[in-house]
Amino acid sequence: MSAFDWITQLLYIAAATCFVLGLHLMNSPASARRGNQVSTAGMVLAVATTLALVSHAGTISATGWIVMIAGALLGGGAGLYAARTVEMTAMPQLVSIFNAVGGGAAALVAINDYVKVAGGSLGVAESTTVATILDVLIGAVTFSGSIIAAGKLQGVINGAPVTFRGSRAANIAAAVVGVGGGIYMIATPSVTVLVIILLAALAFGVTMVLPIGGADMPVVISLLNAFTGTAVAMAGFVIGNWALIIAGALVGASGGILTKLMADAMNRSIRNIIVGGFGTGDSQAGAIEGPGGDVRSIAADDAAIQLAYASKVIIVPGYGLAAAQAQHQVAELAKLLEERGVEVSYAIHPVAGRMPGHMNVLLAEANVPYPQLKEMEEINPEFPRTDVALVIGANDVTNPAARRPGTAISGMPILDVDNAKSIIVIKRSMGHGYAGIDNELYVNPKTSMYFADAKTALTDLASAVKTLVG
Amino acid sequence: MTPELLTDITIFVLSLLVGFEVISKVPATLHTPLMSAANSIHGIVLVGAMLIAVTADNALGYILAFVAAAFAAMNVVGGYLVTGRMLKMFRRARTPVTGGDPPAGVTGGPGAAGGHRPGGQA
Repeated sequence: MSAFDWITQLLYIAAATCFVLGLHLMNSPASARRGNQVSTAGMVLAVATTLALVSHAGTISATGWIVMIAGALLGGGAGLYAARTVEMTAMPQLVSIFNAVGGGAAALVAINDYVKVAGGSLGVAESTTVATILDVLIGAVTFSGSIIAAGKLQGVINGAPVTFRGSRAANIAAAVVGVGGGIYMIATPSVTVLVIILLAALAFGVTMVLPIGGADMPVVISLLNAFTGTAVAMAGFVIGNWALIIAGALVGASGGILTKLMADAMNRSIRNIIVGGFGTGDSQAGAIEGPGGDVRSIAADDAAIQLAYASKVIIVPGYGLAAAQAQHQVAELAKLLEERGVEVSYAIHPVAGRMPGHMNVLLAEANVPYPQLKEMEEINPEFPRTDVALVIGANDVTNPAARRPGTAISGMPILDVDNAKSIIVIKRSMGHGYAGIDNELYVNPKTSMYFADAKTALTDLASAVKTLVG
Repeated sequence: MTPELLTDITIFVLSLLVGFEVISKVPATLHTPLMSAANSIHGIVLVGAMLIAVTADNALGYILAFVAAAFAAMNVVGGYLVTGRMLKMFRRARTPVTGGDPPAGVTGGPGAAGGHRPGGQA
């Protein structure tokens, strides 16, 4: 290796180190911003090193420079615009789009390399072929799958599970063609077969994500994130670049951990979600069917009195709050209560929102200090000391039926809301949650139901609290 | 199996382990920014996209280089900016409000403007 090669390789390792340090600093909200800056520095270093490498190689044509810079400017501009304008409620879609472009770029890198090598006279090394196939398969599945996921999240594509006649068969056929083509290609290098694999993988991504319901999206996004990382690592194998291998593996690990956490928190196996289990998609406010037992309903004034004269209130925000975009209203209500001396905290279930940790971001945006956001294990022991638990648009994650065997949600970790001294549930109707079963919390004698849209209910509650004196 | 491949696989496996170790310590509060940060990191594929341009000499090569560079640059720039914007919103205490209350329903935290520096590539 020449001195130049040595230096560039060391710089790549330095960049990879920055990525690890950056992720490490994400372990607390206080240091997380510095983590992002360290990671950014690593990326700038990697790109600067590559620029040096490209110009040092001297083989790049003027057109090559123009194409590269124009592409980067165009993409960078699009990224800049998206990052500046995206609503926090739309973060899951944006993350999906970044997964798509990352996976797509990784697949293109491998395709380009393979077309070059296969066109040469030296033949293709088996290891390169295998890495190329894996990269194209995973990258293309991520690309099309993420676009479908983003479409579902944005509401452009029906969020409910979409199945059509033969969709399962199409999915299996795509998988067989992709894997079969890959095996054939190892023995007989062929660009045509690579294109067939690419198309099969794209089709597989579509048929994989379409039948998955909107409520499973936290798992799907995490999984596609892990896929993207793996695809990028495979691209690193193809072009022999350690920075790509290390960064890709880090992302693969992060996506893998989050996928497992999300699936556990929803009480479902990853296989069950991908194959499409009882996925009924987003809960709809449908027919009002009362579970056995009496349901007490409550009006804004009475609920406001309960809240305002409590000494400790725990707010349990769920999917309904995110869907109604009521994070600012809930923060406003909490602030009013705090000004009256009520101790307020938030109980955040791991799957609240539409991606891992989404609810925390929404509440942070509404200026809620993060020490008030409590994780499930931390807050559960506090419910018995709580005067009022205010449940907003959360359903299955509060259902005590999960503690008994034999129900659809048995074994699912839940928030022990029923231990609170009294419970107010804001919900549009008695409609079922995602699991499609009655929530026993609603017929608990301690529970009052406040039937309204989260945003309206919280606004009314806040104005009712304001009118109370002393 | 070449020694190079063996080295690559070793690096891959060790990096996976480092990833598991580092990331399992991240609290649930930060899972969305974490995923977004991981997203920006896989934008490293920009390096691969730039290297395509080195050997590109026909239309196909140029098209691949252009699309790959655009995809990857969007990933990098957008990923880092949006992560920074999100993290800026996390604060330990409510921003002190002196004097009268702000009008009810005031939205748009200070994060809305997102005055973070771009990554400065290309």
